[in-house]
Amino acid sequence: MTGSRAAWLFLAPALLVLAVFFLLPVLGALALSFTDYDLYALADLHNLRFVALGNYWMLLHRPQFWAALGHTFYFVVAGVPLSLAASVGAALLLHSPMARCKAFFRTALFAPVVTTAVATAVVWRYLFNTKYGWANHLLGMLGIHPVDWLGDPHWAMPTIILFAVWKNFGYNMIILLAGLQAIPGELYEAARIDGASAWRQFRHITLPMLGPTLLMVSILTVSGYFQLFAEPYVMTDGGPLESTTSVLYLMYEDGFQWWNLGVATAEAFVLFLVMFAATAAMLRLSRSGQTGDEA
Amino acid sequence: MNPRLAKALINGLLLGAAAVALFPLLWMLAVSFMPPGTSNALPPPLWPAHPVLGNYRQLFEQAGMARYLLNSLVTSAGIALVSLMFNLMAGYAFAKLSFAGRERLFRALLGLLVVPAQVAMLPLFLMFKYAGLVDTYVGVMLPGMASVLGIFLVRQYARGLPDELLEAARIDGAGELHIFVRIILPLLRPVVATLAILTFLTAWNDFMWPLIELTGQGHYTLPLGLASLAREHTEGTEQMMAGSVLTVLPVLVLFLSMQRHYLDGLLMGSVKG
Repeated sequence: MTGSRAAWLFLAPALLVLAVFFLLPVLGALALSFTDYDLYALADLHNLRFVALGNYWMLLHRPQFWAALGHTFYFVVAGVPLSLAASVGAALLLHSPMARCKAFFRTALFAPVVTTAVATAVVWRYLFNTKYGWANHLLGMLGIHPVDWLGDPHWAMPTIILFAVWKNFGYNMIILLAGLQAIPGELYEAARIDGASAWRQFRHITLPMLGPTLLMVSILTVSGYFQLFAEPYVMTDGGPLESTTSVLYLMYEDGFQWWNLGVATAEAFVLFLVMFAATAAMLRLSRSGQTGDEA
Repeated sequence: MNPRLAKALINGLLLGAAAVALFPLLWMLAVSFMPPGTSNALPPPLWPAHPVLGNYRQLFEQAGMARYLLNSLVTSAGIALVSLMFNLMAGYAFAKLSFAGRERLFRALLGLLVVPAQVAMLPLFLMFKYAGLVDTYVGVMLPGMASVLGIFLVRQYARGLPDELLEAARIDGAGELHIFVRIILPLLRPVVATLAILTFLTAWNDFMWPLIELTGQGHYTLPLGLASLAREHTEGTEQMMAGSVLTVLPVLVLFLSMQRHYLDGLLMGSVKG
């Protein structure tokens, strides 16, 4: 059949790229994580040894890895709800029939999304400078003492979370706005005739109708936030006291500073498993929530 | 609530949110024109009293910014062009050409989206090291030359094209390549624009893979150059802001000029379901 041959020719370049530069390295990573690939193996492959689950076992007993996992969870658990709240709030404001200059506001609120994370992280580092930064200047006007945002282990991660919310909320805002616009107006009409308050309309029409979009957006955001790397790399070097060292930051250091590639790939795989479990749990929760509502 | 009050509240909140979203960007722009050292003052200045271009000149003449800018342009444009071509071909094949196992293969591709890209990066580095591709343009670009999301977008769009067009062309004896180039590509123009800008922006802003792959400053892209300046702590605030402007401005301008295409793509990519 010539039709099917043509199809494979059209597919070949893209499939080849994905197979050789993604699928193969992913399988390679799995294999690599069962070895002690390090600087010596990099110099001479004869030094490579099979260690089975040794790297994973070692990670389980390494406080530094648990700490990195903890910091990553902190970023996800605090950052995702804040980002989603900001996205929902902004989308509701933009959707309101009373809002003016919608096109301008939409563009302005979305602008941080397209900017380069590294560049805007640099900007935030100066805005949150202890002595000359605007953040402390504004707090000072309210009579609040300056905070050592990026130098205090308690404040560094919250500052990075604030940055992430600012940088990312516009993305989900656009998707949620489209979701809001897809809700039929008659539903609100009927609710108004029945005398439902604005809050009750939001609770019983907007939220349920937006449910599937919210779920999808949450899953994508959780996956994205687990991959925290550039922000601590630029803003804090993983510090202070390693308080912003994420799993990927640790992986980068282990892999490319110390050349422990076996350990680093094991870290990457654990992160992958955690992300997978989180996604599955969210899908599961939403499903049981739905059947619970119907019952 | 009083409707006039509600209206004032809603627009006031929007104004406040827009101010928060834009302030860091406008402040960056303002400080980039301040003479070195003058932004570190109390209260922190908002506007350059005597605007200068010296920070930009310094970056180009001493920090190698021109080189980074060129590297960013070359790699991002390269990735955008090649991946556009490959994704268009594959997306069209998944949408309009019949072959055994089409749906299964497509679902397998979507399955790849679950795996975070960073898992592949360490072995990829080793592969490229043995192949002599570390610290090269090609090495930065190769993994980005096709993307599942891109194939998905093209497939979504191409499925809406009428089959009769293809059948008529085949009856007229047109070859498959001819049909693709002459009939399909012109019809895919909206998705071409969307995909081109999406990939270009993603490639421009990409950080982790270039950081791993590019070991020498000669091939650094703008984000890498800026990050290394930031970690050295040698440049002043004003120069760092000028560097940030140079990194952000091209993508911001591109986005503003092609906003509709970009947002269309974002919405299409998000209805995966």
